[in-house]
Amino acid sequence: MRKLLFQSLLQSPLTEPAPSPDQAAIRELATAVGSAARQRLGKSLSIREVDAGSCNGCELEIHALNNAYYDVERFGIRFVASPRHADVLMVTGPVTKNMREALERTYHATPGPKWVIAVGDCARDGGCFAGSYAVAGGVAQIIPVDLHIPGCPPPPLAMLRGLLALLDAAAEGAGSA
Amino acid sequence: MLSLIELISEGQRVQQHRPWPRAVVDTAAWIFAVSELARGRWSLLGLWGEAAIVHMAILDESAAGVAVISLECPDGIHPSVGAHHPPAIRLERATADLFGLSAKGAPDNRPWLDHDRWGVCFPLAGRIDVPEEASPYPFLAAIGDGVHQIAVGPVHAGIIEPGHFRFSASGETVVRLEQRLGYTHKGIEGLMRNADLMRAVELAGRVSGDSTVAYAYAFSRAAEAALELAVPARAVWLRALLAELERLANHLGDVGAICNDASFALIHAHCSVLRENVLRAADTAFGHRLMRDLIVPGGVSRDLGREGREAIRTMQNNIRRRFPALVELYDNTASLQDRTVDTGVLTKALAGQYAAGGYIGRASGRSFDARRTLVYPPYDSLRFEVPVLNDGDVNARVWIRVREVEQSLSLIDQILDRLPEGPVRTEPPSRVEAREGMAIVEGFRGDILVWLRLREGRVDRCHLRDPSWFQWPLLEAAIEGNIVADFPLCNKSFNCSYSGHDL
Repeated sequence: MRKLLFQSLLQSPLTEPAPSPDQAAIRELATAVGSAARQRLGKSLSIREVDAGSCNGCELEIHALNNAYYDVERFGIRFVASPRHADVLMVTGPVTKNMREALERTYHATPGPKWVIAVGDCARDGGCFAGSYAVAGGVAQIIPVDLHIPGCPPPPLAMLRGLLALLDAAAEGAGSA
Repeated sequence: MLSLIELISEGQRVQQHRPWPRAVVDTAAWIFAVSELARGRWSLLGLWGEAAIVHMAILDESAAGVAVISLECPDGIHPSVGAHHPPAIRLERATADLFGLSAKGAPDNRPWLDHDRWGVCFPLAGRIDVPEEASPYPFLAAIGDGVHQIAVGPVHAGIIEPGHFRFSASGETVVRLEQRLGYTHKGIEGLMRNADLMRAVELAGRVSGDSTVAYAYAFSRAAEAALELAVPARAVWLRALLAELERLANHLGDVGAICNDASFALIHAHCSVLRENVLRAADTAFGHRLMRDLIVPGGVSRDLGREGREAIRTMQNNIRRRFPALVELYDNTASLQDRTVDTGVLTKALAGQYAAGGYIGRASGRSFDARRTLVYPPYDSLRFEVPVLNDGDVNARVWIRVREVEQSLSLIDQILDRLPEGPVRTEPPSRVEAREGMAIVEGFRGDILVWLRLREGRVDRCHLRDPSWFQWPLLEAAIEGNIVADFPLCNKSFNCSYSGHDL
C-alpha cells in the first residue's frame, strides 16, 4: 500500500493522462457550483439522493460524480445519508406507486430551505414507463420540483451543470421553504 | 428415469418455440418436474404466468438442456412448485400478484410485488379495480430472549436502490434477515404488451440500468430466435464487445465498492477511476457511457469506428497497467482480508439448489456460465476461462470478479483483433403468426432469461427474469450469524438488482 500511496504522491494525478477539453469545463463548472452554494447557504451543499423507482442507471452516474475525475466533494458538494442533513433532494426514476409514500415522507423530513432536482428523463414525466398501472408519474406530480436534468441517464457533467442552474435560480429567491 | 427431452415429448409440443422446446403438459408431468427440481437433478430457470396458464423453464445442467413446460389452469390454480422447491416461492408470489394465479399448497401466500398501491389487482390478467389502501405486511417472526428488530429502507442511506430489510438481531448477531422488495415495480411486462420491437427493446434496456447491454442483448436474441432471423457477423461480435465492456465496468466498480464497505477507500478511489475509463471509452466508441440502445433486434444500431477502437485499446492498456497493483494490495492487506474472508458464507448446496448465477454461484462452487454452458456466438470461437471457487465468502466473490476482469480484458482484445467486416444490422421481418422465442444471456450479475411471444410484429407477452430472483433469497441465508455491521459488505458482494427483480 505504501508503494501505491508514494506513487500517487510522486506521479502526476490520475486525472492527467486524458486531458480532454471536458476537464477544464468540469473544473470551472464545479468551482462555480461551489461558490454559488456558499453565497446562498453560507456553507457547502448537502445532497440526499432518492431513487423513487429508477432502473439504477441514474444512480450509476450520480456515483460517478464522486470519482477522481469529477470529485464534487472538492468543492463542498457532498452526498449525505439522511434527508435531515440535506439541502437538496436529487430524485431519480418514474415515481412508482410503491415508492410514492416513501418519497413524500423523505421530502417532509428534509428541513427548509430545500430544493428538489428531478434527475433523468423518467423523473420528468415517467419517461418510457409513463402510463403504467404501477407508475404514479414524474417527480413533480408528487413533490414540488425546482429543476429537471434531462438524459437517460444524464452524464455527470450534465448533473454539475444542473446544480449550477439550480443555485442561480435559488440566488434569485426561487427557493421553496 | 425420464429425461428433460422425454418429458417434453410426453406433452403437447408447441410448434413455434425456439431455440429450446416448449410443451403444454398435464398435472402429473408438472408434478414430476417439480419432484426432479426438488431432488436437485434439474434446476429452475424461471417461472412466469399468463392468463390461465403457468410456465416453467428448466435446466438440465449435466446435458446442457433447456426446456419450458406449461400447465393450463383454467380455474387459476396450479400445484405449487415452491412447496417442494423453495427457489420458486417468490416467483409464484409475483405470478399470483400479476396474473391472479394461485399456487396450491404454497408455503407463503403473502403478496410480493403488490403493495396495495396500484389501485388494481391482477393487472396483467383480468384486472380488477380496488382502492389503494396499504395493509400491514406481516414479517416472519424471530423469537428469543433479547431478539430485537432493525427496520431498514425502502430509502437507504447511500446512493442505492430502494428496498426494505427487516433484521432480527440478538445483540450484534443477525438471527434472521427478511427482505421486502417490489418498491421499484414499474409494470414493465404490462408496458411490453403490444409494443413494437423497437419500443420493447428500449424497455428491456431499462429493466436494470447496470445491465442495459445484457438485457437488450437477451431481448434481441429472443426476438431473433422467434423470427428465425440471422444477425450479420460483425453485429454478433460487436454485441459481445459491448457485453464485455459492461461486465468490465461493473466488476471494476464492484471490487472498489466492496472494499469501500470494508472502509478501505483507497482501492475504491482507484477502481472508480478505472471504471470511469471504461465508460469514457464506451462513450467515444459508441456514443453512450452505459452503452444504452445499441443492441437492437437484427443487429446493433451503431458501428465501431477507428477512433472508438483506439479509445478501447488505450483503456485496456491503462487497466492492465494499474489493476494488478490494486489486486496485490487487496491480497496483502490483513485488515481488509479480516473483513472479507469467512464473511457472508454461501454454501455450495444452497447455490446449487437456487441455481445461483454469476459471481455468486461461481464463488460457491457452481460453474454455470451461460457463455460456456449454453454457448452462443461469438463465444463459441473465443478463448476464455470460467473461474470457480468454493469458499463462498465475500472474499471469494471479490476474487471471481478480479478473475473475470482479466477474462473480459482478454475477450475484448480477441474481439478487436478478429472483428469481421460487413453490415451491422438487418431489418427484422414482420410475421403474422404467433412465434415464441427465448434467450439466456450472461450479464455481469448472472444469467438473464427473456421469453417472448411475437404476433404481427408486436409483443404479445414478454417475460424478463433477472438473475437476482435466485440471488436475493441467498443473501438472507448468507447473512445469518454475521454481525449487523457486516451487512453492507455482504450486500455489496452480492450486488443484487432491485429494479431488475421488481420489474
